Amino acid sequence: MGLNRKDILDIESLSPDEIRLILETSESFKEVLGRDIKKVPTLRGKTVINLFFEASTRTRTSFEIAAKRLSADTINISASASSVQKGETLSDTVKNIEAMNSDVIIIRHPASGAPHFIAKRLKASVINAGDGSHEHPSQALLDMLTIKEKKGGIEGLKVAIIGDIAHSRVARSNIHGLTKMGAKVVLYGPKTLVPKGIDKIIGKYCNTPLRVAESMEEALTDADVVMMLRIQLERQGQSLFPSVREYSRFFGLNGRNVSLAKEDAIIMHPGPMNRGVEISSEIADGARSVILDQVNNGIAVRMAMLYLLAGGHKEVVT
Amino acid sequence: MEKKGQILDAKGIQRALTRISHEILEKNKGIEGLALVGIRTGGVFLCQRIARIIADIEKSEVPVGIVDITLYRDDLTVGTHLPILRGTELPFNVDGEKIVIVDDVLYTGRTVRAAMDAVMEFGRPRMIQLAVLIDRGHRELPIKADYIGKNVPTSRTESVNVRLTEKDGVDEVTVTEI
Repeated sequence: MGLNRKDILDIESLSPDEIRLILETSESFKEVLGRDIKKVPTLRGKTVINLFFEASTRTRTSFEIAAKRLSADTINISASASSVQKGETLSDTVKNIEAMNSDVIIIRHPASGAPHFIAKRLKASVINAGDGSHEHPSQALLDMLTIKEKKGGIEGLKVAIIGDIAHSRVARSNIHGLTKMGAKVVLYGPKTLVPKGIDKIIGKYCNTPLRVAESMEEALTDADVVMMLRIQLERQGQSLFPSVREYSRFFGLNGRNVSLAKEDAIIMHPGPMNRGVEISSEIADGARSVILDQVNNGIAVRMAMLYLLAGGHKEVVT
Repeated sequence: MEKKGQILDAKGIQRALTRISHEILEKNKGIEGLALVGIRTGGVFLCQRIARIIADIEKSEVPVGIVDITLYRDDLTVGTHLPILRGTELPFNVDGEKIVIVDDVLYTGRTVRAAMDAVMEFGRPRMIQLAVLIDRGHRELPIKADYIGKNVPTSRTESVNVRLTEKDGVDEVTVTEI
């Protein structure tokens, strides 16, 4: 059994079984990454293109390492140094890249839906590495792998996702994924950054109820997992939140409020962190922080995604 | 699928494995520096059985590992079927060891080639040997088994099915026409 699809564009369209398959495959790749020789010949001769229209270190590097560990050839293209600057359309750019016999195109784009747009126009597999404020599937998958590893499972856990829910593709992908896997997800953030009625809109597709908490206390109390989101400092001054100081006071995780969560709760952050804003250094570097485990798991998860899309079976139902 | 007949029953499998175990010990003069590696999935159970028989004879355990050859296959990009990864477990240092790879059926030899590549990623064994329950011929690579349970001449249109109690609830080897 493989993943019966050409692309991985979002978590919303993945079934719980598909998510389970990706996570189990990732666990096998963790074993490969633990070896002295961390490379397998699986995707020898395949070409993987990293097409990034937005800044990224973690995700791009992680996808590149994942592809290289599978022996694929990887090429990085950043929009700032490409023909996009000369006015080429997205459709033309990706068709040209595909014409060079690329097998997988990994795309990050500021516009929500851009990966879906190109996936429809290409025979190559497309992986969404983050589109606008829509989804960031590989991040949610590595988060779920980390939770599964640290907690022994996902089902039944209380997961608090706190911060800028409205602009966060990480939150959206995690909400879909975690609820599909049976976690109880609670959202919290400044009212201006939590879309009204999100519990009903997204909750419609969820297997378990999604809640919006009224206070930090409610969100954190008895949580098994606390996932802090990056506050996008560039949004300051758009009257979405008054000041960084006030944000950190009411919505930040620190040594005081963290004790509301379960004693063995794990603390997550997708990075990049604003230390002292959404998360205090004491917590980010503390014993319960799994932030670097998340980054580590990212490579295994991305190897699994590439392997399941590019490692065989050409007759795909799309 | 038409059933053409049983080649080995439970007793037959047991006898073949017992003989292979003795041959392994004879050729390697005991279990010093010896390790067994089963190829997922069928080879793993046979490997464990051989390890038990050897432990009975020698009164000492021989290290056992598992190799998942999926990532080393040469047909991954042409096949239509993508196997689920289950992982490799080699809980010993392969450097300088005499490794016996164990599989159920030896056919084209491509699986064994992949298994040798997988094992050698972990170090440099002193020697690699091959034990199989059934050798059905039709090699596509220059590979030969050191220990064979039974030679079964087959045609390419036939399939050899090794069923083991650990996974199928019964011990038998049958040949069927595809």
